Amino acid sequence: MNPFDYEFMIHAYLAAAIVAVVAGATGYVLVLRGQSFAGHALGHVGFAGATGAILLGLPPLSGLVAVTVGGGLLMGLLGERMGERDVGIGLVLAASLGLGLLFLGWFSGSATRATALLFGNVLGVDTGTLAALLAVSVTTLAGMAVLARPLLFASLQPELAAARGVPLRLVGVLFLGLVGLAVAGAAQVVGVLLVFSLLVGPAAAAQRMTTRLVPGVVLCVALALGEALGGITLAFYSNWPASFWITALGVVAYGAAVGRDAVRF
Amino acid sequence: MISVRVEGASLGHAGRVVLENIDFELRQGEFVGLFGPNGAGKTTLLRSLLGLVSPIAGRIEVLGAAARRGNPDIGYLPQTGGANVPRLRVVDVLAASLGGHRWGFSPVGRVGRAGIERALERVGAASLAERPMSALSGGERQRVLIAQALIGTPRLLLLDEPLAGLDPRHQGEIVALLRDVQLVLGITVMCSAHDINVLLPAMDRALFVAGGGVALGPVAQVATGPVLSRLYGAPIDVVRAGGHIFVSGAAALSGAGG
Repeated sequence: MNPFDYEFMIHAYLAAAIVAVVAGATGYVLVLRGQSFAGHALGHVGFAGATGAILLGLPPLSGLVAVTVGGGLLMGLLGERMGERDVGIGLVLAASLGLGLLFLGWFSGSATRATALLFGNVLGVDTGTLAALLAVSVTTLAGMAVLARPLLFASLQPELAAARGVPLRLVGVLFLGLVGLAVAGAAQVVGVLLVFSLLVGPAAAAQRMTTRLVPGVVLCVALALGEALGGITLAFYSNWPASFWITALGVVAYGAAVGRDAVRF
Repeated sequence: MISVRVEGASLGHAGRVVLENIDFELRQGEFVGLFGPNGAGKTTLLRSLLGLVSPIAGRIEVLGAAARRGNPDIGYLPQTGGANVPRLRVVDVLAASLGGHRWGFSPVGRVGRAGIERALERVGAASLAERPMSALSGGERQRVLIAQALIGTPRLLLLDEPLAGLDPRHQGEIVALLRDVQLVLGITVMCSAHDINVLLPAMDRALFVAGGGVALGPVAQVATGPVLSRLYGAPIDVVRAGGHIFVSGAAALSGAGG
């Protein structure tokens, strides 16, 4: 059995590759800034957006993008004031999932639809979605390239960056907007609930494996790619869900990185 | 030559005036220690020189022009909370700050790397370049951050509590390094500290900040009971013994140091 004989597998590989590169690049900075939770939260909020879009007869990705980007910008604007309100954030996240469920119920009550959004449906990506994912990813990477220098400086040494004239708030807001885009893309592959695995897992592992910046980013993207493509391949041969394999590989990679650290020190 | 000129300036943040109608001047190339109780406005004063806090009233001139954000002639070492020290190599962290104020994306070139190396060598930290920032001791980290502040040959160096959390030996080493850098490069240094004694070997003058005002002068003239009592608005005793200065009094106990 060769996965490349099947069009849906080629689509799956392409979608996963496009998404993994973006998730790796944005995720690296997200973890560096200590904002991993934002990635997780945006996935949850995205569920309401995706189901809302379905209800309106639009592609789920459009609603997902609108809500995750909007949510990201809002989180950036609220900034530190949001940091200590974990109960409030938790309630908003729960409410987003509840709202998504309501939208789905109004539409058809289809459980498959809900499962696909929550846990991903990478084996069912059509060419239209593929094109949309490519557009989202190119936009995100272009944004990251424009933001790269001030973002890195502001993430590593915020007080110093402010003194040198870096607009911290603007940079932070724009970055979380880009994270919103990356989350929307990742949700197409692993689902809104498991976005963390592509966005944060590889980055956290890479930052444990190397303290060099450029190799760290490259390693992070490589891990995200390996986990996504490897997970899909394992799903093909085992008939278990792709999202399960992707998350499992993420845990293995992070575990290996932590274990290596523990042995060294 | 005047390095910093503060005229009738009132400073504050979040609607609260911390320093009112203050005047002082720093000369180019002198080492000034900055002291005062917590919350008296040491950090606000440093931030105003960086253009991060605009004066509510009055005027602040740095190196002949109004204080502005992003002035490349100022090197700055912010107060480190110790939180979120990146697991990244020293050179990578310093490289990220080069050109970090410009949009876009470009690797640091050979000239930039050479500048980082020179700065690290200047402070005796060349061997730390490849180490992760998170693995450095407090003293090593401050040394690296001083190197970073020296990149681009600034004419004014502002340091916010660079000795906090260091043991006395490392405090002494950092103070000696700062004095050496100040004398060799001819730059003005303003350094805030909790304890006046650690800066005694390096300081040309002391700037006390308390009760909304300032007092600037040679240590022998400023660190005296009458001057500090007037500034704090409360009785302060200054005792000199064995080359050390002890500042005592109810107001001083809230962090004047000594």
